Amino acid sequence: MMENNMAQATMGAKLDALPNKPGGGPAASGGIKLSSRDVRVFYGDNEALHGVSMDVMANEVVAFIGPSGCGKSTFLRCFNRMNDTVAGARVTGQITLDGRDIHDHAIDVVQLRAQVGMVFQKPNPFPKPIYENVAYGPRLHGLTSSKSELDQIVESSLRRAGLWEEVKDRLDAPGTGLSGGQQQRLCIARAIAVSPDVILMDEPCSALDPIATAKIEELIHELKENYTIIIVTHNMQQAARVSDRTAFFHLGDLIELGTTSQIFTTPKQQRTEDYVTGRYG
Amino acid sequence: MRRRQVREKLFHWSGIAAVVIALTLVGIFFGTILKTGLPAFWQSTFVMDVHFDPEVVQIGPKPEPMPGESPAAYQQRFNQWQLDLGFVDFGQIIHKSIVKQLPEAAEHPDETLALVTSGELFALRDRVVADPGIIGQTVRLKLLADANVDVWLKGNIDRDLPDTQQQLSPLVRAWADQLQASGVIQNKFSTAIFMNPDSRSSLASAGLAGAFMGSLFMMIIVILLAMPIGVAAAIYLEEFAPKNRLTDLIEVNINNLAAVPSIVFGLLGAVVFIMWFNLPMSSSLVGGLVLTLMTLPTVIIATRAALKAVPPSIREAALGVGASKMQAITHHVLPLARPGILTAMIIGVAQALGETGPLLLIGMSAFVASIPATPFDQSTALPVQIYLWESNELRNFFEGRGSAAIIVLLGMMLALNAVAIWLRKRFETRW
Repeated sequence: MMENNMAQATMGAKLDALPNKPGGGPAASGGIKLSSRDVRVFYGDNEALHGVSMDVMANEVVAFIGPSGCGKSTFLRCFNRMNDTVAGARVTGQITLDGRDIHDHAIDVVQLRAQVGMVFQKPNPFPKPIYENVAYGPRLHGLTSSKSELDQIVESSLRRAGLWEEVKDRLDAPGTGLSGGQQQRLCIARAIAVSPDVILMDEPCSALDPIATAKIEELIHELKENYTIIIVTHNMQQAARVSDRTAFFHLGDLIELGTTSQIFTTPKQQRTEDYVTGRYG
Repeated sequence: MRRRQVREKLFHWSGIAAVVIALTLVGIFFGTILKTGLPAFWQSTFVMDVHFDPEVVQIGPKPEPMPGESPAAYQQRFNQWQLDLGFVDFGQIIHKSIVKQLPEAAEHPDETLALVTSGELFALRDRVVADPGIIGQTVRLKLLADANVDVWLKGNIDRDLPDTQQQLSPLVRAWADQLQASGVIQNKFSTAIFMNPDSRSSLASAGLAGAFMGSLFMMIIVILLAMPIGVAAAIYLEEFAPKNRLTDLIEVNINNLAAVPSIVFGLLGAVVFIMWFNLPMSSSLVGGLVLTLMTLPTVIIATRAALKAVPPSIREAALGVGASKMQAITHHVLPLARPGILTAMIIGVAQALGETGPLLLIGMSAFVASIPATPFDQSTALPVQIYLWESNELRNFFEGRGSAAIIVLLGMMLALNAVAIWLRKRFETRW
């Protein structure tokens, strides 16, 4: 009881400091970027996600929160069809990107993944030079016709990921030799090098120390200008800090979706309140 | 608490003891092989002047077709020349050369010829055929002594044995000692073991060249077949195959195949390749195919392990930036798995190189006295050659040629492993 009160008190103090955001509807301007209707995911006979419908606006940051195993990562991976690669996984329902069904046969999954980039939980740079890490995507999709163009993409991607100043003198050094935070920013640079519209981030900071985490969060703020970002996080303060809207998942259901300040201050659902106040999770 | 410490100490020391015992055994193993095998590379050799007496060597140069001559007429001339060559008594030339060093042997041509290994007669003949101008000249030559003379002079045979148990007559033994004392017979490094094929009549000049070529052909066939098939099968099973009953069954069977006694593969090869496909018996082609079958399970299992060791995050990363599955594998997984795949390949080839059992069943244990020029020719293999030599008591116990062959085989293995390590290092540092 004591602990719960304490947790609530700390959380309250944090939330007071939040910038005010318009309540209710979508925070960012621009049309609907991604939309899902009754999306279910099955692993074998086991239904892991029970019909989720939501819209994501262009240039907004949406955070998925919820206890472990609630289906938030599974749902995230639906947007670039990464679940296709999991043996036994099956996705039903409809997901559209800019109004086009991503499960449509006319859509090439490779093109989709170029449009919807992904950053993973554990930094996973290729064991190749930093330059090659970033250049891999553009080269793969034939985005450049000359070496200088490619150099430019690599530089601008690294700049946007806030890594250029740190690595510009050692682009030939292996990407795996960087620190954890740098590796994750390299992965972000790699993702934005193919100029996607959407970046999916699956707990991008869970393997990083607080300083590296702060840098990534700062980066997310900047990237918002150009990209739509969906971030899965276990860290509620992080969700509060970086996102415009927050979706709370529990046991495979989308329980509540609202502006971040609303979710954290006046949740409509009892379960959401219990979770954000630290009663379980 | 004390008991726990005692236990840890005990565990620690038993580990060290095990390592020491293992190293000692390996040391004994290499020690014996080197001790018996290395001296066999040095053989008793006659170093003396040989006079190609025109009285004895009455043979013209090899006939060439003349303009206007019919093929039949030329063939007749050629046959006559070959016949004449066969009648040339090169033994007499050797006898005369030895008599020059040892006048008392003049009346004993049989004994003098027992001193020199019979293969040298053919070596002299080949010299004359290659250069007829040599007739009438005196040349300083190195001629290998007979194997029995060699072991006698090396002291590998008990000198106190009674005459009835000695391979050489008292006269020959005495002459051999005498010639060694006068420096005519010297212990010289001999290239015969590397340059010549096997021989039964001329033991001292028998060599490994035939077996070496056979093993080389088989290794090339194994690498060319087992590498692509094994790696492709492993990639399919590991990366693409759906997980169901059928693939489970295949997996279990591959694991079982790796444990099948190798001689069974020989039986399979004899039936399938020789009886059904009518491929030439005891050829290194059939041997290579059989060894490929035998090494495939090993290569597949080891390659799968190498692929499994590549972290899945790398695959996700590649897929995440929009690589297709094939691209993710060829661009990222395979390069990372390459050192492991190379190791798999080397293990497979080394296993194939040292295998004897299946080769016996497809006729590669036959005595082959020529060096195979193609994989279709009859040949034998290094381990089979060792097996054949070691079953001959002169070679095994006295001459040590079997051990010399083992050294060559081990040398080949070492070279193979060195190449593997070099390749692995190269690919590991290349980002």
